[in-house]
Amino acid sequence: METSIPTLSGRTSGGRVIYLDHSASTPVDARVLEAMMPFFAEHYGNPSGIHAQARASAQALDQSRREVAEILGCKPKEVVFTSCGTESDNLAIRGVAFAAAQAGKGQHIITSACEHHAVTHTIAQLCEHFGFQQTVVPVDRWGMVDPADVKRAIRPDTVLISIIYANNEVGTIQPLAAIGEIARERGIPLHTDAVQAGGYLDLNVDHLNVDLLSLSGHKFYAPKGVGLLFVREGIALLPQQTGGGHEGGRRAGTENVPYIVGLAKALKMAQDMRSTENERLVRLRDHLIQSVRATLPDAQLTGHPTQRLPHHASFVIPGVEANVLLMHLDLMGICAASGSACNTGAAEPSDVLLAMGIPPQLALGALRLTLGRSTTSEDIETVLEVLPAVVRRLSALQPM
Amino acid sequence: MVKERGTVVVAMSGGVDSSMAAALLVEQGYTVIGVMLRLWAACSARDNRCCTPDSMAAARQVAAQLNIPFYVLDYREVFRHIVVDYFVSTYAAGRTPNPCILCNERIRFGLLLKEALALGAQYLATGHYARVRRTETGEYQLLRGRDLTKDQSYVLHRLNQRQLQHVLFPLGDRLKSDVRRAALQRGLMVHDRSDSQDLCFAGENGDYRAFIAQYAPQLLRPGPVLDTSGTLLGQHQGLAFYTIGQRKGLGIARAQRTYVVQLDPAHNAVIVGGAEELGRDALFASSVHYISGQPPPSPMRITARIRYKSPDVPATLTCLEGDRAYVKFDRSLRDITPGQAVVFYQDEVVLGGGFIE
Repeated sequence: METSIPTLSGRTSGGRVIYLDHSASTPVDARVLEAMMPFFAEHYGNPSGIHAQARASAQALDQSRREVAEILGCKPKEVVFTSCGTESDNLAIRGVAFAAAQAGKGQHIITSACEHHAVTHTIAQLCEHFGFQQTVVPVDRWGMVDPADVKRAIRPDTVLISIIYANNEVGTIQPLAAIGEIARERGIPLHTDAVQAGGYLDLNVDHLNVDLLSLSGHKFYAPKGVGLLFVREGIALLPQQTGGGHEGGRRAGTENVPYIVGLAKALKMAQDMRSTENERLVRLRDHLIQSVRATLPDAQLTGHPTQRLPHHASFVIPGVEANVLLMHLDLMGICAASGSACNTGAAEPSDVLLAMGIPPQLALGALRLTLGRSTTSEDIETVLEVLPAVVRRLSALQPM
Repeated sequence: MVKERGTVVVAMSGGVDSSMAAALLVEQGYTVIGVMLRLWAACSARDNRCCTPDSMAAARQVAAQLNIPFYVLDYREVFRHIVVDYFVSTYAAGRTPNPCILCNERIRFGLLLKEALALGAQYLATGHYARVRRTETGEYQLLRGRDLTKDQSYVLHRLNQRQLQHVLFPLGDRLKSDVRRAALQRGLMVHDRSDSQDLCFAGENGDYRAFIAQYAPQLLRPGPVLDTSGTLLGQHQGLAFYTIGQRKGLGIARAQRTYVVQLDPAHNAVIVGGAEELGRDALFASSVHYISGQPPPSPMRITARIRYKSPDVPATLTCLEGDRAYVKFDRSLRDITPGQAVVFYQDEVVLGGGFIE
């Protein structure tokens, strides 16, 4: 298998590939990998067994759950390990919705106009095939939900509210605690897709007033293929994957011990370095945003100017088509994205940007630069040299 | 260390030809960027037959083997507006379109070439079997592919000097059989993949009738089938289902062999006749394009092709005002079909061509 990354960067940017797509995925940290390694071939027992090998796995699993619970400010048994953020969202939404419908509580779900597809498509299927109804609360031009809108949307038959913690495309952080307060007053479970927030923002579930919270390991330097769902004690959840009684009967299937160990290690590391690393990222990011706006006056920042993820810069650039821009940047050795990693290939404007009132034509020119631990100020300077030149070249390219 | 020869974007389809084109360019020392066009397809087809997820994976695999960057460009909208609309409107006018010609002129060597140059490339390459030659006077000529059984110059005859100076056809000098063998030798996974398809957007098996039934049902207006003296012989299902020289599927019983000899959109009629009524030995063409940029001195002796897969026929070309031309063949031809291209050759050189009136 060929693993080198082919670019023309040797010719154009000194040979170093600059990776600015950390919201799509991050490299596995060497220390995380090291923590995982014993659980492949050395301690490989199925944690459900009773022998020595099983005990070693079970102990690692328990410890991982405790470490994660400490960061979330919850009980270990409230942590359900899953295969990814999308699975966590599916389990939360379907699990709560079906349990509530079964109990005769109703079939109404509230969500926002700037959710990830893992949430929107799951709710859409519940509506289309299982008789649920949804209210989608709007967002303002920054992509921010107004808690008062959530309050107004609540009906007697509302059984779940699902609001993203921080948006993947524009980085805006939602006022979850205020929304959670409203939900709690009315006794409605609040789920949040915290996949983008993991590793960067406060994940304490009591600070956030949430009842369910989804995370994905590979967004914070753990491998792909592992995630988790926090489910507050007392929340009724119908399992979506049945079998053995794993994960407190909420998610059947032999636990992926090495990956869970990696997720716990990575989350703990991120938590430990959070305040210093965030400060560094914000400094780099703000310099990037200010300089882009200075050199490309037509480019608009998307998302909230201050209430945004520390590593996240996103723009729309008039007269430029995102996929073409990304191709040009790639050839110059810069890995960037337009918004959602799941949308590439299709030149259609993002629903999130449209919901923020950005015109469709402009929304096609979305650029997302998400920084990470390896990002240096030299990287940012290189981007600031390359990006305006590429944009000017593309703007000069007349459409047919 | 190979010498830097410039940067070339190669249009890849996941097939053996474009894959070998890319491989040869890498070996020749070019900096190569692989690009695949995502084109529109009828929704009954799920995918355009030339850019299925399968062929995308194949092209990506080849790009990884060659260690070149690879991108998929979404041309679905523009393809639909230019190529599919032309396809439908040509049928609506009672003519028989060739969408590949327009796709090459406007999409591949139009929009994609422009994007390639903007990427900093000097050339666009494809896996077509055709050649480009620069003469001593600096003129670019389009030549038939060396493999005459695979020659694709017919569908490239609308390229101009500005385009040709940036075009590379790495397979132009090769035989198809050698290309497959060379791909196998290089361990390219695609050596046994089937060729790209004409009418790639029309769905399963390129069934253009099913496509028209779904996307242009207004073309399926039944009307009379008449003989050349105006006698009513039966009903047809819509002019778009018929083409000049067609013998099958006419749905009429006649003692002698019967062919479509004319489509009459003004009266929505299909005119049929015997083989002796089919032949014509001359045609007028419009929107005539000359690769050199200038009509040649005429009358001029040429050979001409009136369909992609039809043989060359000796003829005399007379260039007319208003981008028209008159072509007089040395013998009568059965299937001169309005809407198809007539392409002019002198030996291996493509002079240009136009659309049959």
